[in-house]
Amino acid sequence: MKKLTKIASLALSAVLTATCFAGCGAGGSSNGSSSEGSGSAAIKIGGIGPLTGAAAIYGQAVKNGAEIAVEEVNAKGDLKLELKFEDDENDAEKSVNAYNNLKDWGMQVSMGTVTTQPCIAVSAETESDGMFALTPSASSTDVIEGKSKMFQMCFTDPNQGVASAKYIKDQNLGQKIAVIYNNSDAYSTGIYQKFQSEAETEGLNIVCVKTFTDDSANDFTSQLNEIKASEADLVFMPIYYTPASLILSQAAKMQYAPKFFGVDGLDGLLTLEGFDTSLAEGVMLLTPFTADAKDEKTQSFVKKYNEKCGETPNQFAADGYDVVMAIYEACKKAGITADMSVEEIGTKLADTFTSPDFKIDGITGLGMTWSKNGEVSKDPKGMVIQNGVYVGM
Amino acid sequence: MNKLKNLSKYAATNIKCYGMVIVAFAVLYPMLQAGLISNKVSGLLIPICAYIVMAISLNLAVGFLGELSLGHAGFMSVGAFSGVITIACLNDGMPAPVKLLIAIIVGGILAGILGLVIGIPVIRLRGDYLAIVTLAFGEIIKNIINCLYIGIDDAGLHFSMKSANDLNLAGGKMILNGPQGAVGIEKISTFLAGVLLVVFALFVVLNLVNSKTGRAVTAIRDNRIAAESVGINITKYKLTAFIVSAVIAGMAGALYAMNFSTIAAKKFDFNTSILILVFVVLGGMGNIPGTIIATTLLYILPEMLRQFSDFRMLIYAVVLIAVMLATNNARLKDLRARVSAKLKTHKGLNAESGGKGDVSNG
Amino acid sequence: MTFISNLINGISLGSVYAIIALGYTMVYGIAKMLNFAHGDVIMVGAYISYCVTAYLGLPPIVSILAAMVVCTILGMGIERFAYKPLRKAGSLAVLITAIGVSYLLQNVALLIWGSNPKSFASVISFSSIALFNGGLIITAESIVTVIACIVIMIGLTVFTKKSKIGKGMRAVSEDKDAAELMGINVNVTISVTFAIGSALAAIAGVLLCSAYPTLQPTTGAMPGIKAFTAAVFGGIGSIPGAMVGGILLGIIEIFSKSYISTALSDAIVFAVLIIVLLVKPTGILGKKIMEKV
Repeated sequence: MKKLTKIASLALSAVLTATCFAGCGAGGSSNGSSSEGSGSAAIKIGGIGPLTGAAAIYGQAVKNGAEIAVEEVNAKGDLKLELKFEDDENDAEKSVNAYNNLKDWGMQVSMGTVTTQPCIAVSAETESDGMFALTPSASSTDVIEGKSKMFQMCFTDPNQGVASAKYIKDQNLGQKIAVIYNNSDAYSTGIYQKFQSEAETEGLNIVCVKTFTDDSANDFTSQLNEIKASEADLVFMPIYYTPASLILSQAAKMQYAPKFFGVDGLDGLLTLEGFDTSLAEGVMLLTPFTADAKDEKTQSFVKKYNEKCGETPNQFAADGYDVVMAIYEACKKAGITADMSVEEIGTKLADTFTSPDFKIDGITGLGMTWSKNGEVSKDPKGMVIQNGVYVGM
Repeated sequence: MNKLKNLSKYAATNIKCYGMVIVAFAVLYPMLQAGLISNKVSGLLIPICAYIVMAISLNLAVGFLGELSLGHAGFMSVGAFSGVITIACLNDGMPAPVKLLIAIIVGGILAGILGLVIGIPVIRLRGDYLAIVTLAFGEIIKNIINCLYIGIDDAGLHFSMKSANDLNLAGGKMILNGPQGAVGIEKISTFLAGVLLVVFALFVVLNLVNSKTGRAVTAIRDNRIAAESVGINITKYKLTAFIVSAVIAGMAGALYAMNFSTIAAKKFDFNTSILILVFVVLGGMGNIPGTIIATTLLYILPEMLRQFSDFRMLIYAVVLIAVMLATNNARLKDLRARVSAKLKTHKGLNAESGGKGDVSNG
Repeated sequence: MTFISNLINGISLGSVYAIIALGYTMVYGIAKMLNFAHGDVIMVGAYISYCVTAYLGLPPIVSILAAMVVCTILGMGIERFAYKPLRKAGSLAVLITAIGVSYLLQNVALLIWGSNPKSFASVISFSSIALFNGGLIITAESIVTVIACIVIMIGLTVFTKKSKIGKGMRAVSEDKDAAELMGINVNVTISVTFAIGSALAAIAGVLLCSAYPTLQPTTGAMPGIKAFTAAVFGGIGSIPGAMVGGILLGIIEIFSKSYISTALSDAIVFAVLIIVLLVKPTGILGKKIMEKV
């Protein structure tokens, strides 16, 4: 057995050495995830997100969106950006490894990580390194708490919970409200907790609260049975669209048709391949981005995304795009050049982002500004699905 | 003669294990202090230490005890979270190494208690049934920690299984927020602490294996009925080894947790248990030096494959299968046997002519 | 009424687990290995079925057949190239290889079909049955799944009891070497076992995704583990055991979700498993293991 080990470890070492050399050979050149700036003076942006594993869809979308933005910026020619995107499998440990990897590559600005848990781990690192970071989609307040150079492009979870409760109250959407959320997910739990407390102050009548976990995100019949028994006329779903599509189809099979109300995680429902959009008829959601918006920026982004990836971009792709664009605008404004140190860029960008006259018009919101604690301020749009398309409410 | 040979074999294993760790440390530590190591490598050091300790612990259970445990990450999880809670309860003024030491000890003790609770029913089972029960315990631990809300304020610790609001915290702070895990952990693990823990784990396991208990345990593994018939108390020895394994895993968990600012129960799932099992199997069952090497190499492998981006995990899977096939290939085995036989005869001739020399240790 | 409804949902979910567990149990009984890649074969089956209906526009029944053919070939291929060379190696080596195969299938699927989930259109075309003025609704998928499960279980039992290959399987499962001496071709027998197990996986995949219509590269992982639990629960190696285990597991899961806690439902399922194994260490319908000295 010992001999076996020796041979096995020899083989492995050989593979490792080979990959090391392959790495050296490839050098700094692109590996599909980096877009080269032709000049030497490109500002290096590092992104991290799940490119494999169960959450791969979010990381892939952000990566693609960010790459489109980098291509656009480099085509303009006034500033060169270089992007490298690393996989973290939605795991805090791998995320920190990816971050260290990017640091060795020479990353100057971080676009955070895509998912919340890894982002909390990485933001502790960026903060201690004095690096500026803008996450596209890690929405928990824990991500930005106590950090001066960590910013968010998406709404924070409490924001969404509060906004949803207010919206439901103001529009008088439901008398008996049920909630179904993923309690193994920080995003979903975060929104629910704030929704619950805001609903109490607003005097909403919550009749039933049901949960599920990532491991049991298949069968919702028992939850739906109880929600149906509680006679709820509105179901609030602060969850992502994959489980939501299952809930909708299972509710339809049970012939249960309340109003469904969701948050930005629901975006993507209509473009889910093979999904019967008639199931989503009448579903309402608060979201900063919709792929069918008519403005020119969104249209051009959707077109490019379609050409590049052969699919319609979701909100994550749009967040990724906006992050790069916001970093680009801020770099221009602050006069950042590629030869500055990480700390210098970090301080300047953080100052720019929090300065009162810094406003970004992106595809996930107009006139976005950032507060000192790193939160973005933009308006969610209320959307309702009619005949398979989003219509503003 | 035989006894002497055995003794020297143990000594050789010991020297190999400690030597490897000490040499690695002696090379890496000064380089780390001088900042000669890339961020990538220095970031990997502490997790590697934690995984080596985990693999040593699992090798005790799988390699020496012969019981396939598929829920070892559960012990790591308990160690990690009890460590995090301990740190949060400790006085801020305390020096970091002391805090870390206390956290690791508490993590180890709690994991050990859990090991006792799980061990009593589990070790009655055998083979694949034992494997599935350990898997089940691992999943149960993950699910329960996922529902735990723990906070601290002036009145002490608050627990809840429902939600953060039920804690009724008067000021204070959240330590563990259900599925969102623990946030804002003090990062106090150091490479030095990691290496010390590896040495400690080696010390405990190697001594255990070479002790009376260890011989009883391997006897049970090789032939349970024979061992029982010569009067070995199976439950006692198996339980001892299982608990020691759990304690070490808990310590590894505490070390691991203090290296990241956040940690969630989801991390310690079935896949993590399997990952560690892969380290052990590739390193060799009951082979501690092999385990250390395999853990290091296999942990670095996916990081080295980063330039293949999307193909990374695919290559990892292929390498895994290829290594398993290669190490078990009959033809290769034959070839190896012939080569080593040749070497042996050479050595044997030399030994005869020279009058001394160590005959291969197999 | 909610109780009956939950019961029906439990049986329906359990039937899916049971079909997957049948595959596990067959392979375990004959090859004595835990085929952790089984869950991922399910995923491949579902993708094939999806592609045939969505991209080629062929009827669902053709897609099921296509999925079965592809999975059968895949299963036999995996056995031939990954497991067969390890037949003399320790069970752990095979286990790790199976895990490697599982990673491999997931990542190949990720490269071929991408990370975006697909919404699987149900292969069953008739609609749900409503009883008691809509108070109780039984979905078409539940009915088909339960019937399929029973048919497959009976079919497999008859096959192993009556047919020549089936008898060969039982012989190999009892004692590989003795079976070989009796003139049974062990390699062919194991190969056929994998073929049947994988074809079942394809059916399970289609039914799983018809009832719970999202499809991702990781779709098979969790049902795979649960079905493995179900197989052990019922007594691994036993065909009726897999069915009983699967259905009980489904009912326990749905009931603990409804009446105790959704967050702890998996913990409860596994706790029940542990208790069963402590009382009956070889599962509900498992054979007592004879100890050889």
